[in-house]
Amino acid sequence: MVTFIVLFGVWELIHRFGTWSDQVFPSPFVVLTSLKDLFENGTLVKHMVASLYRVTIGFYAAVLVGIPAGILMGRLEFVGKLLNPLLQFLRPISPLAWIPLAMLWFGIGDVPAIFLIFLSSFFPLVVSTIAAVKSINPIYFQVAANLNFNTWEVTTMITLPAILPSVITALRISITIAWLVVVAAEMIAVQSGLGYLILDSRNALRMDYVMAGMIVIGAIGLVLDFLMRQLERIESVQWGTQKK
Amino acid sequence: MSRIEIQQLTKQYLNRRVHPRSGDDPAIKPGDTFDVISALDLNFNNGEMVCILGPSGCGKSTMLRIIAGFDVPSSGQVLIDGRKVREPGTDHIFVFQQNGLLPWMTVWDNIGLGLRHMKDKTEKESTITEFIEMVELDGFEHHYPHQLSGGMQRRAELARALAVNPNLLIMDEPFSGLDFLTHMKMREEVVNMHEYLRKTTLVVTHDIDDALIMGDRIVVLSSSPATVRLDCHLDYDRPRDFEKLPELSQLRSEIFFMLGVNYAV
Ligand SMILES: Nc1ncnc2c1ncn2[C@@H]1O[C@H](COP(=O)(O)OP(=O)(O)OP(=O)(O)O)[C@@H](O)[C@H]1O
Ligand SMILES: [Mg+2]
Repeated sequence: MVTFIVLFGVWELIHRFGTWSDQVFPSPFVVLTSLKDLFENGTLVKHMVASLYRVTIGFYAAVLVGIPAGILMGRLEFVGKLLNPLLQFLRPISPLAWIPLAMLWFGIGDVPAIFLIFLSSFFPLVVSTIAAVKSINPIYFQVAANLNFNTWEVTTMITLPAILPSVITALRISITIAWLVVVAAEMIAVQSGLGYLILDSRNALRMDYVMAGMIVIGAIGLVLDFLMRQLERIESVQWGTQKK
Repeated sequence: MSRIEIQQLTKQYLNRRVHPRSGDDPAIKPGDTFDVISALDLNFNNGEMVCILGPSGCGKSTMLRIIAGFDVPSSGQVLIDGRKVREPGTDHIFVFQQNGLLPWMTVWDNIGLGLRHMKDKTEKESTITEFIEMVELDGFEHHYPHQLSGGMQRRAELARALAVNPNLLIMDEPFSGLDFLTHMKMREEVVNMHEYLRKTTLVVTHDIDDALIMGDRIVVLSSSPATVRLDCHLDYDRPRDFEKLPELSQLRSEIFFMLGVNYAV
């Protein structure tokens, strides 16, 4: 809280004594008023919902595909060997580099944006799931074999809970990346969302709206991270999170 | 309660050691296979508590892992009640040295793991309760393993092993890493468990006193390859007091000597 008040003060000082015009560097009070206006006329809510919708769908899709894929690649050696080179090759390609292809394949609208978010979360999730699966203490699998677990029981009672602490960390990281990517994607591929709001306001030379948009993006990012952190409080993952 | 027959058991491993150490057989080059266990014959009787001693690296754990079905013999076989061991199973439970409890489950759930297919809920609950009480963990049912002391974790693990009612219990150094008092108490616990349930129990230990106090029988193995150096029955009542049992003290010195310690105190 103190940090924000200080930031606010510095901002106001730069505004007062800086050489930029009000247009280019608006005062924090102006920005707050604009923020209120945007909120009240519904524009902000509309764009927020659009962005959050895309992130949610893309992120969930990445979780639903990425974690099982990671488990398969981690547990079955031949699947891992087969797909790992492909994964290593695709991973360092920024999701933004996919924008032209995504637009070509999926047109303009939600789908290409969701696709980009999916990609941005998918790779970190798969990679950390594989690493987590590989580092499971082999004793647990021996215990499972000793107690006659079948494959399904091994997966649900050993593999999944064992990787959960690391997967939650990976979820936190990838939701942050997804949130970074959605804004970028919206500046190019779609006509709504917070990224679009910023781009559109820039074109209209409304820097107060640009800054208002940035504030909202930052705030939502904090909230998303906070929500993800709540997962670490689940009792059955604390054995893994407390160690760190 | 099972009878175990180890017949002509041989286990070979690849020699991965690039720089030989003193005591290594100079004939075994890096990359060669060597016999850790060679044509070993050994029988354990129904309900017997057998303590297995031997120098470090002689193949004790390897033998136990094969009996448990975690590892396959290079040749020969292990029979439990006449049936060949092919894979791990609830009939012959391996009690892990440590970290065998699943850390994401409470003590209660860990002990219930082997009973997960039990139809009758009340019977399941009473079984879990029975074993929790047996290892004196009542009150800790809903604790996670990382919230327990080392000794309590071992007891919980013992309870989980016993809950599936195995015929054979396999313990590899069950007391290692415990402090002195916990070690003594845990040993007492295992002895009481055995008196009460009479399950065939194999215990590998480095502690000669453990073996002398617990065992119905002591087997001392030699190293590379593992062969039986000494195999003797101890028909003494428990608790055993070395001072009043000169034969036991005598045996103790002999085993120490066998394992390369000349002046055991
Ligand atoms: N997977 C393996 N590959 C190659 N060699 C192995 C393997 N497992 C064990 N060995 C070798 O087999 C020998 C016996 O190992 P084992 O663990 O059975 O000994 P141990 O009697 O249990 O020793 P300790 O008392 O120290 O626990 C050792 O020389 C070890 O290096
Ligand atoms: Mg060993």
